[in-house]
Parts: sequence; structure tokens; C-alpha cells
Amino acid sequence: MTMIDLLSAFLVLAGAGFFFAGTVGMLRFPDVFSRLHALTKGDNVGLGLTVLGLALRADSFAVVGKLVMVWMLVLLAGATASHLIARSSLRRGIKPWTAP
Amino acid sequence: MSTLFIAVAVFLLLNLAAGLWRVMQGPTAADRMLAAQLFGTTAVAVLLLLAEGMGEPPLRDIALVFAFLAAVAAVAFVQRIWSRGGSHDDD
Repeated sequence: MTMIDLLSAFLVLAGAGFFFAGTVGMLRFPDVFSRLHALTKGDNVGLGLTVLGLALRADSFAVVGKLVMVWMLVLLAGATASHLIARSSLRRGIKPWTAP
Repeated sequence: MSTLFIAVAVFLLLNLAAGLWRVMQGPTAADRMLAAQLFGTTAVAVLLLLAEGMGEPPLRDIALVFAFLAAVAAVAFVQRIWSRGGSHDDD
């Protein structure tokens, strides 16, 4: 097991941890806005770490480019979708949760 | 090494299964759509891990398509269902 392998395994496992945090946040948080916050941020970082870990083991720069492109697309899509959903939820009159 | 990737992919699949609870629970349509958002991101990660773990590079292209489809689905949801018409309590 080389240094690259170790680093790659560490990054992929850290990514899985962030995915887990995102899922727990989506299940446990009280309203749609806080769920959006947990989900989009947690999952995008998790995917980023996974992509980084896989890119370390890639054979060519073409593969690295494709992995980074997938990540960028998901980042863009996630940010756009979360803002759209949050804004239209506010317009529908859903009140953000406040501590009781 | 590939065993680890496949194990992590299975773990992410279990995450997806847990996310289904939010689809059932609601309470608003937006919450259910959030679960779809989760599916989009996690499925991309699963496909990338399987591409490396099973040595099947074409799966990376499928991941690219999934990322694109998740974006289109979210925008279509907001445009057509969420931002006009329909109540958010009884759906």
C-alpha cells in the first residue's frame, strides 16, 4: 500500500463521513431551510472529497478532468437548486424555524 | 483498495435508503424534493466509486448525466410545481 493509496482511502472515507452528516441533517433538522443547509453543503463537500480521493488514483489527466467536471456541475446545480427552493418556499409563506 | 471503494458505495446506498424516510414524511413537497436532491448527489458519488472499484470507466459518463439530470429535475420542480398553484399542506 503506497502513500497515494493511503491518502486516497482517507479522502474517500472522509467524504463518506460528510455524506452521512448530510443525510442525518436532512432527517433530523426542523424545517426546509435548515434541511437545505445541511444537505447541499454536506453533500457537495462529501462529493468533493470523494472526487479528490479518486483523482489521486486516476490514470490520465483526461480522467481527472472528467471527475472535476462532474463535481463542478454538481456544485453549480446544488447551489442553484437550493437557492431556488429556499426563495420560493419563503414566497409561499413558510416561516423559517426559530428556537422556541 | 477496490474493496474499500465498493464498501463505501454500499454505505452511501444505505444513506439513500435512510433518505427515503424524508420522502415519506414530508411535510411539504419541497422536503420531498430535497430527498431527490440527496439522491442526485449521492448517486453520482456511488457511480464514481463503482467506476474506480470495478474498473468500469463508462460509469463516469453515467455519473455526468446523473449530475445534469438532478439539476434539471430541481429547476423543473421549482418552476412548474412549487412556485405557483397547489397548496403545500395537502400534497
